[in-house]
Amino acid sequence: MARVSRKNGNKKKLKGRCSVPLVGLGDQQLLYEEEEDSMDRGEEDIISSEEDEAEHERKRQKLLEGISTLGGKRKRAQGERSEAAVHMSEFSVNTDGGPGKVKLSDLIGIFEKNPAVPAKSRQQLNNLRRVKKSINSPLSKEETEKIQRDMAFQKAASEVSRWDSIITQNQRAKQLLFPLSQEPAGPRPVERLVAGWNVQTPLEQEIFALLSANKQPSTDPILTPAEEASVRAMSLEEAKIRRAELQKARALQSYYEAKARRDRKIKSKKYHKVQTKAKRKEFLKHFEQMVKTDPAAALQELNKMELARMQERMSLKHQNSSKWAKSKAIMAKYNEEARKAMQQQLEMNRQLTQKLVTPLNDDYEQDEGDTGETDLLPHFVNDAVDGRDASNPWMKGKLTEEPTQKQLNDTMTEAAQVVSTVAAEEEELEAEETEEEALLREFDSNRKLHQAQESDIAGGVFLEEMTEDRAAAEDSEVSDCLSEFTIISRGREKSFKDTEEFNCADFTDGSAQLEERLVRIRTVEDLELLHHDPSAEPGHPPTAKDPPSEEKHMGKSKKKKKGIELKEVLTKETNVIKVPLTPTATDSDDPESKLDQRELIKEAFAGDDVISSFLKDKRRHEDEGKPKVIDLTLPGWGEWGGMGLKPPKRKRKQFRVKSAPRPPRKDQHLPSVIISEKRNTSLTLHQVHSLPFPFEDHGQFESCIRSPLGRTWNTERTVKNVTKPRVVTQLGAIISPMAEEELLKNNNRAVAREGS
Amino acid sequence: MKVKVLSRNPDDYVRETKHDIQRVPRNYDPSLHPFEVSREYTRALNATKLERVFAKPFLASLDGHRDGVNCLAKHTRSLSTLLSGSCDGEVKVWNLTKHECVRTLQAHGGFVRGMVVRYCGNSFFTIGDDKTIKQWKMEAPGYGEEEEPLNTILGKTVFTGLDHHQKSGVFATCGQQVDIWDEQRSTPIRSFTWGVDSFSSVRFNPVETELLGSCASDRSIVLYDMRESTPLKKVIMTMRTNTLCWNPMEAYCFTCANEDYNLYTYDMRHLERPIKVHMDHVSAVLDVDYSPTGQEFVSASFDKTIRIFSKDDGHSREVYHTKRMQHVICIKWSADNKYILSGSDEMNIRLWKANAAEKLGVLAPREREAVNYTQKLKEKFQHHPQIRRIARHRHLPKNIYHQKNELRIMKEARRRKEMNVRKHSKPGSVPVVSEKEKHVVSVVK
Repeated sequence: MARVSRKNGNKKKLKGRCSVPLVGLGDQQLLYEEEEDSMDRGEEDIISSEEDEAEHERKRQKLLEGISTLGGKRKRAQGERSEAAVHMSEFSVNTDGGPGKVKLSDLIGIFEKNPAVPAKSRQQLNNLRRVKKSINSPLSKEETEKIQRDMAFQKAASEVSRWDSIITQNQRAKQLLFPLSQEPAGPRPVERLVAGWNVQTPLEQEIFALLSANKQPSTDPILTPAEEASVRAMSLEEAKIRRAELQKARALQSYYEAKARRDRKIKSKKYHKVQTKAKRKEFLKHFEQMVKTDPAAALQELNKMELARMQERMSLKHQNSSKWAKSKAIMAKYNEEARKAMQQQLEMNRQLTQKLVTPLNDDYEQDEGDTGETDLLPHFVNDAVDGRDASNPWMKGKLTEEPTQKQLNDTMTEAAQVVSTVAAEEEELEAEETEEEALLREFDSNRKLHQAQESDIAGGVFLEEMTEDRAAAEDSEVSDCLSEFTIISRGREKSFKDTEEFNCADFTDGSAQLEERLVRIRTVEDLELLHHDPSAEPGHPPTAKDPPSEEKHMGKSKKKKKGIELKEVLTKETNVIKVPLTPTATDSDDPESKLDQRELIKEAFAGDDVISSFLKDKRRHEDEGKPKVIDLTLPGWGEWGGMGLKPPKRKRKQFRVKSAPRPPRKDQHLPSVIISEKRNTSLTLHQVHSLPFPFEDHGQFESCIRSPLGRTWNTERTVKNVTKPRVVTQLGAIISPMAEEELLKNNNRAVAREGS
Repeated sequence: MKVKVLSRNPDDYVRETKHDIQRVPRNYDPSLHPFEVSREYTRALNATKLERVFAKPFLASLDGHRDGVNCLAKHTRSLSTLLSGSCDGEVKVWNLTKHECVRTLQAHGGFVRGMVVRYCGNSFFTIGDDKTIKQWKMEAPGYGEEEEPLNTILGKTVFTGLDHHQKSGVFATCGQQVDIWDEQRSTPIRSFTWGVDSFSSVRFNPVETELLGSCASDRSIVLYDMRESTPLKKVIMTMRTNTLCWNPMEAYCFTCANEDYNLYTYDMRHLERPIKVHMDHVSAVLDVDYSPTGQEFVSASFDKTIRIFSKDDGHSREVYHTKRMQHVICIKWSADNKYILSGSDEMNIRLWKANAAEKLGVLAPREREAVNYTQKLKEKFQHHPQIRRIARHRHLPKNIYHQKNELRIMKEARRRKEMNVRKHSKPGSVPVVSEKEKHVVSVVK
């Protein structure tokens, strides 16, 4: 086999030998082509004879092998190596840069002269020749793998970061409901109920027999697939949003309808006249524009107007031929109004039958007349008089419609100011329009408010209803106060995560550690016996915080004291009033009776001077609190001592220690009160010594503690709201991990929030 | 003279039936309730005391294995089913409501190293020391039928960990390398290697379902993406990590149980330092499992205790132990967030309540309200020393107690020494290394 391969190699070499000079010769190639062909043929002959030889050789080898195996020992066939010699190969490039070095130009030189090579590839080859940059050697395997890993990690990290928003939302949420994808409430479709249920009782059997006899489907889906898809497509929240939108639209529509109905019902001719006139004016304005923009449509309109004129001319509608006109004509002799009406009608006829050449002038004149008429009687005079009595408290409450009416009036007056030249009737119209706009604006503002609230909730599971009653407001206040803690804590945690200062886990969480002891608790009595841990032992009482300011304060108060002399006022003798002995049946609320009672007490304790004894007591307390001078002089130390000898004044001065004055007493300005400032140590056992972790200042913590949770102090709703547990799970439901749908839901919610 | 007569509408104070609650008219004016804080404080104190008195977490012990319980598996569809594999290759299926074994099968020759229930709940996979992966039907074989695996795959090496994909028929094993298998094929569709190491556990991310994490014996935690041909990243810690568990509600968080008595919660995007270090165990932590709500997790340790940690807290909120429970090998938190199951060396599986003082079963609405209220009260007054003292008290076995004290002293000594060194050396030359950074050796890209 080895030999055969060698033969093949020889063949290759032969071919190579033939081709190398060909490249060198270049243009002679064509001439030698035929010759070469013949040479190849000759070679083939040689090769075939050689192959035969090889066959013989192989057989011989086999035979030899067979013989050798007979001996028992198998001899391994020695493989022969064949290596291509350097001088023979066309691929090897000599390093010495000798004459054998092959250049790119050598290789592609042929193509330039060969007309068979297309121009395009020639161009490409030329470009290739110009480029001298060598390709970088590939990176090592480790390096490439590292890069690949890094890329993959970046990808995975960015993918995972999609969940950021939903996770932070959950961290901040007041309440979490599990399982996340809860089955929608309401009746389940029949087919799902029936699926895992077989007929058991005879009644059921009968029913199913009947159903099957009548070929009634028992497991037929109630919803078509399309309906199901639509149900699946729309979530509850989306549906709610959509419903709210629809409701709003419907309400708006109903407003418009009601308004139209009201308009229609108005009997005032004047109003309608104005209305039609306004419409006409509007139309004309529109028409003028239309002439410029859309002449064809304008022409049509013109035709229509012409047609109306023609109709008017044809008919006798506004001439004195109708029944009404005739009756008016009879009345006209005696009645001024009837005459006026007739004139108006005739005027109308004239107007309608006029050619439409100068419609604007006409209108203008009429407008002027109108303004003259209405200026005399401003519209707001007609408004209902505010008949409320200021003294009557019941009338102070506002009715629900009033604000809108007032607003209406306001807008009206505004309109009047802005467009004073326009007729009052038109003003009214405009005002009504503004009313509509105001309504819409109100809607918008409401919606924005609602949105703001929603965003405030920031992903809370429940959307809180916006309620305006006081109870709810109170609710929110209280719950705000109470939820402060949790919100703060979460916020703080977040900030902690961000800042990441020097925080050994055990130091930051020191408060969270369990107190693990060898005592087992079985009864409540055991709990009482638990010994206190040393860390919980109270520290030193908080000393006075800011003495300088206090001192200042004291200085001021000293000045004041002289002026007031409250104690003197109190020590004055009370003048006793004789009480009439007749019994009186009066309400206890009567202030006089209270006074009487006080005097009665005074009478009863006339003997002992309560007030003065109280004052004495207070003075004693004050004196006790005053810092005392400590005398540390040692008589006889450094000089003679004995009876009648006193230490010198210098020493007495030196060794007298005056302690700093105490901060002023709290009851300094309260003459009738003694506030003991001694600390009750038994209480400190039950007090919080240091500010707990999530809180930032004492005020926060105190307000949190001060707001009660129970239903003794709060309304039912507040209690419900405040005592909502943070995590709610359903009994017996499997909570599956967060799925991709949650992300979609969250995104949809965000989109909806942005959109609306 | 004015005479005022009391007249009240009986509707305001008379109940409709005697089963109604007595109506109590209330005035919520805060000035009328000067002692609300102290009254609530007393209520909170009482509630805390009662909580400690009623804290009886141990529910049942399931015995029947003839060797230590080596692995547990939750059923994905049924809350009342539990699977357990022991060190003698036996797998038992338990009914938790009846506290009885419903099926026993000899799955493997040696240890049952890992077990996982397929997402559909119809079958489960086991791996054992006999280098095989076996798939079994969840239903017991009918009368006369033999207990046979649906499918057996013979591997080249011993498998040590197993987990199944959340949604598709793909599972992962680990041993000398991490392999991803298609259920339909007998050869892995992908295998990951990164240096020479042997892996102890592999877990799929339940949220971002294509990601995996594994713990290697060279003290590293390696992350993978099933779709990529290479691993993602590796973090090397000071000591070996035994298992890890992904948070089912937070896609990028996982917690790992370490040999150095601690648990570490990582954000997979920032492996340089853990988010939190959870301490309290006094021996190696062997297993960890998240609650399905993702708020807490439970850990099993070689120190014969189970501890429950909040995911943001450095210390445990609860410790469970019994006299007879030995080294706890495996632990699971039930899918309804109510129970904890632990398998330990002494052949027993124990059922615990997740909240020790919680009343089981359905609560009446008023009962529920009362529970919620007391819970909030306890939360509100948790910083008061007397209440904290009672709420935090736990009984510990003597040896663990002493061990804990010892550890505390050691730690304190180390801290003091470090402080002294810092004090007596050039400022800045001995930097403060936070606890979080101490345990991470390096992150390998």
